[in-house]
Amino acid sequence: MMVAGNEYGKIVSIEYAIDKVMDGCTLMVGGFGGVGSPPTLLQEVFDKGVEQLTLICNDTAFPHIGVGPLVKEGRVKKAIVSHIGSNPIAGSLFQEGKMEVEFSPQGILIERIRAGGAGLGGILVDIGMDHEWLSKGKPIVEVDGKRFLLERPLTADVSLVYAKKADPFGNLVYGKSARNTNPLVAMAGNITIAEVEEIVPLGELNPEEIVTPGIFVHYIVKSRGVNWKWAWE
Amino acid sequence: MEVGMGIRERIAKRAAKELKDGMIVNLGIGIPSLIPNFLPKGMRIMFQAENGILGMGESPDKGKEDANLCNAAGYPVTIVDGASYFDSATAFAMIRKGLIDVTVLGGLQVSEQGDLANWMVPGKRVPGVGGGMELAQKTKKVIVVMSHVSKDGEPKIVTECSLPLTARQCVHLIITDQAVIEVTKEGLLLTEVMAPYNVEDVVANTGAFLQIAPSLKRIE
Repeated sequence: MMVAGNEYGKIVSIEYAIDKVMDGCTLMVGGFGGVGSPPTLLQEVFDKGVEQLTLICNDTAFPHIGVGPLVKEGRVKKAIVSHIGSNPIAGSLFQEGKMEVEFSPQGILIERIRAGGAGLGGILVDIGMDHEWLSKGKPIVEVDGKRFLLERPLTADVSLVYAKKADPFGNLVYGKSARNTNPLVAMAGNITIAEVEEIVPLGELNPEEIVTPGIFVHYIVKSRGVNWKWAWE
Repeated sequence: MEVGMGIRERIAKRAAKELKDGMIVNLGIGIPSLIPNFLPKGMRIMFQAENGILGMGESPDKGKEDANLCNAAGYPVTIVDGASYFDSATAFAMIRKGLIDVTVLGGLQVSEQGDLANWMVPGKRVPGVGGGMELAQKTKKVIVVMSHVSKDGEPKIVTECSLPLTARQCVHLIITDQAVIEVTKEGLLLTEVMAPYNVEDVVANTGAFLQIAPSLKRIE
């Protein structure tokens, strides 16, 4: 079997990659209820003791899964998410005013992330228009007689994603429903770090099957696998 | 009144009758997730999950779970022939474009205009809106399944919702442990009553005006 080279210098140690995640940074993390969140990178960010994060993620996962422990330990200053219901500790921190939460409807959150990754200035949506919280401070734009909310794009200092396979250029293939928000999160990071189950040699991934082109991926690290017990276990 | 296990299953069983062969369906968490257990064998329904699956199948046997194959609630599923995986932006494109035939959601309150409140109780519980707002606003048919009254015995079907809305005028059908109620242009229409309740119970437990369908049925 051919062994993957490191022709683009993107395959790095976990420690080197995590060095990019600093106190106070905006951190975007792929995953949906913890499924498809990068376990090894999140563990390392946690162990490094990074604080005051602005976290952008679909949800706050479960207390012991995905981004849950970062939230639980008070490392997150502000969360931009669609849902915190599966993590009761996130709910308590929010209610006690210890963590700011900006809610977006799920599909709008992911489009804001996509817009950030696609170099767009915003998106026009008709979801949450007459909701006091969700429409607050957002301009109304009229197009051909229809009214829309202007939602702002989201980008991050660092994006952490999880994929099944990468090649040395950073082309990514995901695993089943663990794809979820990862392809969009990968595009929206100023620095994107992909944790992958397997690194294959250049040319081994079928170009027709690549979901995230490697141009969006700056660093690749090998996963040590999931280190949490799933909610359903 | 709290909805016990048997009652949850009765509600799910009744909701299952609304699903027809060939439909694209998105089920919320809780009672809606029980619905597939009550569908006739061989019915072709493509179940969509907003995390990025079209064509979910049954729950896997214990020990056969795939941690990378889960529904939107994070629980393991399987897929059927013809299924596809995609990212969550594509999942919500399907929803916002109006391609989902039926969604079955839980509810905290439904108004007589079909307004739905199901995502937050101010000052108490703020789980976040998740994908419910887009599903409620954009799905062709929205079915709400819930207990008829709250834990404190307060009606959940009301003239006007007092809780923050998920979406306006979106609900088509309400299925509770006491009744099946259609939301029509003329208001709420009681079409079925579930034993042991009778029409008087349902009217007393409903905070909005109910028209009684001439063809009112009783579900034993």
